Amino acid sequence: MKFQNPAWKTIFIHPEAHDAGAPILEVAGLNVRYNGYMALEEVSFRLNRGERLAVVGPNGAGKSTLFKVIAGVMAPTTGQVKVAGGSPGRHICIAYVPQRTQVDWTFPVTVAAAVMMGRFGKIGLLRRPGRQDREYVRECLNVVGMTNLAGRQIGELSGGQQQRMFIARALAQEAELMLMDEPLTGLDVPAQEDIFRVLETLRARGVTVMVATHDLHQAAERFDRVMLLRYRLLGLGLPGEVFTTANLQQAYGGHLHLIQAENGVLAVSDTCCTGEPA
Amino acid sequence: MTALWTWLIEPLQYAFMLRGLLAVIMVGVVCAVVGSFVVLRGMAFLGDALAHAILPGVAIGYLVSGGARGALFWWGLGAAVLTALGIGAIGKGSQVKEDTAIGIIFAGMFALGIALISSVRSYAVDLSHFLFGDVLGVAARDLWLTGVFGVIVLFIILALYKEFTVLSFDPVLVVTLRMPATLLHYLLLVLIALAIVVSLQTVGVALMVAMLVTPAATAFLLTRRLSRMIALAALIGSSSGIIGLYLSYYISIASGAAIVLVCTGFFLLALLFAPQRGLLWRKSA
Repeated sequence: MKFQNPAWKTIFIHPEAHDAGAPILEVAGLNVRYNGYMALEEVSFRLNRGERLAVVGPNGAGKSTLFKVIAGVMAPTTGQVKVAGGSPGRHICIAYVPQRTQVDWTFPVTVAAAVMMGRFGKIGLLRRPGRQDREYVRECLNVVGMTNLAGRQIGELSGGQQQRMFIARALAQEAELMLMDEPLTGLDVPAQEDIFRVLETLRARGVTVMVATHDLHQAAERFDRVMLLRYRLLGLGLPGEVFTTANLQQAYGGHLHLIQAENGVLAVSDTCCTGEPA
Repeated sequence: MTALWTWLIEPLQYAFMLRGLLAVIMVGVVCAVVGSFVVLRGMAFLGDALAHAILPGVAIGYLVSGGARGALFWWGLGAAVLTALGIGAIGKGSQVKEDTAIGIIFAGMFALGIALISSVRSYAVDLSHFLFGDVLGVAARDLWLTGVFGVIVLFIILALYKEFTVLSFDPVLVVTLRMPATLLHYLLLVLIALAIVVSLQTVGVALMVAMLVTPAATAFLLTRRLSRMIALAALIGSSSGIIGLYLSYYISIASGAAIVLVCTGFFLLALLFAPQRGLLWRKSA
């Protein structure tokens, strides 16, 4: 994959101190153009510390792109991202939690070693992890309830465990902003509940979390605010304000079927087979 | 027992065999260690291309030194490092897909190398040495160069072990941790290039990729820890070199080919019998 690499410039620069007064995330007039088509258009919003936001939109709506730009992995075409008042390329407190399908699960590494990778930014070049780092990793695994799996090869984990391992890695990174790309997709209900329990702990620690999801119902029920995205920001706020029939139809077009249910509108989306959005 | 001993000792009375053995051991270790990252990052094709693409550099060295062997190492080294950096830049804003671009450049450079070498009369023997190696022609000076550069490569990998590990597992994490991702990527390419130059005389460019990939892939099947995988790959690489050299001595086959065939044999054994992952294991389970 191609990504912007700010590291040439930052190799000898230490991460910026946080501006305590600034919001944890502020995105202004963000445009991202990929091979001639707009992946994101004029996206602006801000997030408060400790908030839990669901990012909803059809496949190819730009959710992953938005996350990568915020993480400083990809450069915006125009516009600005500020994390705690500074540019993302200067922070090591932003964690990108990849989709499980994007990971090589045969990689010869144990759970503890994979979580330790999150510490590498703090440890610094050429140095080795010390006793404190190992204790930190243990504590992170403890938070996600996986201390007993520390020695397993990562391929031996269940889907939910894989996801929690990546959250532990983000914790080991001491991330204050976590961007999770569809962490709930493909998990059964008990595994999803495990993730939500971990999200509660993150809230208690003041960690801000953005979660990309396809599940409108879950987004409405389990998050502080929701974002509806399709290239443009169609809405950001409380589910009742954002998930309106007009907004949802704009987001999903013909692939969304709205059913009038007892307690509101039930949306049934069908985006699995479209490839490029219509 | 004494028969086996004699069998093992007999070839070693020749200085060229002794030098060859030292060379294959060093090459086996260096290639396997670097190759572990090549395998994990899925860079086998790139490694193969890199090996072939240094041929024109070696060829120019061959021409300017009038067929003398001494300067070839340095010409190869220069060519390899330049090619590594050039290959690293491929795919950034190119018009064709990355592997297509690598394929074009690799074949083009290889052809250029052959063309240059063929301009010398009676080139066939030397060309075959470049392509398939000439481990029995290793001079004491070559051994020193192999040793020194091999140690440099191993030292850099040891020093940046955690950086290369995370680069191989999750390149996005490298960027979000604000580690120098591009620098590490190019450095790894340069280390592959060094491993190739160090091994040039032992296996030649055409079989190089086997030394990089096969022992590492075999070790990958046998363990689930990266550190063990690397150690095991080094063991497999160097013992393949030793066994291959003896085979070449006793049954008179080309040494480079013999070494690679032994590597391949180890891989097939692992593929069939590796605990849990082996094909036979899976069937019976």
